[in-house]
Amino acid sequence: MIDEIAARFPYWASGALIVVGLYGMIGKRNLIKKLIGMNIFQSAIILFFIAGSLRDGATLPILLVEGGHIVTPVEPELYVNPLPHVLMLTAIVVSVAITGVALAFLVRIYREYQDLDEESLLKKVRQ
Amino acid sequence: MLAALIVPVAARRRYELGFILALVGVGLSMVASIWSLVHVLDNGTMRYNLGGWAPPIGIEYVVDLIAAFVVVIVTSVATLVIIGTRRWADHEAGDRLGSFYGLVMLLIAGLVGMVVTGDLFNLFVFLEISSLAAYSLIFLGGGRAMLAGFRYLILGSVGGSFYMLGVGFLYFSTGTLNMGEMKELLTDDATARSVQAGAAFIFAGLGLKMALVPMHLWLPDAYTFAPSSVNTLIAPIMTKVGAYAMIRMFLSVFPDGYLKDAVPIADALLVLGLIGIVFGSIAAMSQKDIRRMLAYSSISQLAVIAVGLGLGTPLGLVAALLHIMNHAVMKATLFMAAASVRFTSGITLVAHFSGIGRRMPFTMGAFTLGALAMVGIPPATGFFSKWYAVQAGIESSQWIVVVVVLASSLLTAVYLFRILESAYLHPLQPEPSHADHERDGFGETERELAEESQAHEAPLDMAIPTVLLGLSTVVLGVLNAVIVIHILEPGVA
Repeated sequence: MIDEIAARFPYWASGALIVVGLYGMIGKRNLIKKLIGMNIFQSAIILFFIAGSLRDGATLPILLVEGGHIVTPVEPELYVNPLPHVLMLTAIVVSVAITGVALAFLVRIYREYQDLDEESLLKKVRQ
Repeated sequence: MLAALIVPVAARRRYELGFILALVGVGLSMVASIWSLVHVLDNGTMRYNLGGWAPPIGIEYVVDLIAAFVVVIVTSVATLVIIGTRRWADHEAGDRLGSFYGLVMLLIAGLVGMVVTGDLFNLFVFLEISSLAAYSLIFLGGGRAMLAGFRYLILGSVGGSFYMLGVGFLYFSTGTLNMGEMKELLTDDATARSVQAGAAFIFAGLGLKMALVPMHLWLPDAYTFAPSSVNTLIAPIMTKVGAYAMIRMFLSVFPDGYLKDAVPIADALLVLGLIGIVFGSIAAMSQKDIRRMLAYSSISQLAVIAVGLGLGTPLGLVAALLHIMNHAVMKATLFMAAASVRFTSGITLVAHFSGIGRRMPFTMGAFTLGALAMVGIPPATGFFSKWYAVQAGIESSQWIVVVVVLASSLLTAVYLFRILESAYLHPLQPEPSHADHERDGFGETERELAEESQAHEAPLDMAIPTVLLGLSTVVLGVLNAVIVIHILEPGVA
């Protein structure tokens, strides 16, 4: 069991982080904590993608050119898969945008009600 | 020629000039989308490679019959709604009108992008674009809308993340993100655990976006408290595009029958859809606020789409697609009518609709057409998609589908006729006094509006789009055979 976890540590870690994030979103009443939970959740997925592109002993997918000739061998086995990294850059941008919008929401909510606790907020809003 | 596809997306990125530019933007993209539908009908699927990179390396836009069909629905409904809600937008967005229309454009651009893209990760990006715009638009409502918007943001992002996780599983098993290539590669290793897990995650993510029943919690609050100019736009098209993305998974990402046989996703859709139809209708019956009632009715109508999809037969898919169109048009009609009524008289509670039919004959006439279409009275649209769903149910001997879909018509009749009854048959109520407004919890906006205008009919630019939408439910109903034979059946086959 422990060997299994150690062998695929990044996957187990990202699974654990997903669970932590979900708990934060569902179990916590404070809206900021919910947002933090969401961020953990998204980071976990980023970790999953990056771990998936990993390969032992591989290097950067860059072709070195010297004097007009490509000197590094063009063999896919030698390189880390670059596509997930690019995708995750996009995903990070998306998650930053979401976090920004959410924080702006929270600022307005707080200015209006001086409160960020979900249940007491609901009571105040209903009045 | 393919550049026409980019017109919708490009024309939509304008921010400051507000209504006119927004209208020109959607108007142009509506024309472009109709043109591309005609083009696809004649010449087959259109493809456009972003940045000149050929797939599978580059990102590809694919417009086949079904995509063109859905884009036409999205853009034309959006055009009518934007015209019809201009007064509401002026009223609600105030000095932020420029950014308001900017967000509306982003929303529509995101939705159109989701429909035309041929790349799984690109779909995620467009999904988040449209969702972010939707969160912000809902948030504009202030008060309870802020909480509803925040909750929608959290849940929506979870949905998006689940989708991305699912795409990750698929990518690592196949090494591609292009939908067409994915389908070919998946045929080989269909039984792999990781593919099944990916399918399940994608199902969960998109299910949240289309408000499938246990994942519908964000919808009623968001639709009820959002500004009227916003819910009229979001309700007809937003969840519909989520449903379309799900259909896309069935048609062009996973191999035929895969989601039915290898992973029980079709069954899950079917069961959740059946529960959703019943739950949504019953919840709608007990609502006092017309917007909340329409929101619950959206849940039950989306469940009809899910059932059509869950049957997994071509006929079921036709029913689902037809219902996407029908529900977009019907819900737009109903929400527009509700927004007009609220605009002229400040009424949102069902109990206050007494006699409204005599004061606003055109608006309520359109509402009636929309309601009849929802219930499924033959010449109007709703009848046909339910008819196909029932046929598909009989074909695959899922008798419970037949029973529930038919029962849903009855239940729909119960909650919509409640409004029609009080609008037409009850005597006109005396104008509610100020004290009544206080008691009934009217907001500041409603009270202001009720006092400043005692107009009998909605302003022309609100009434005309409403009536047009109402009439189109009947026209599309009459034309449905044409649509099914020429667009949907070849598209599904």
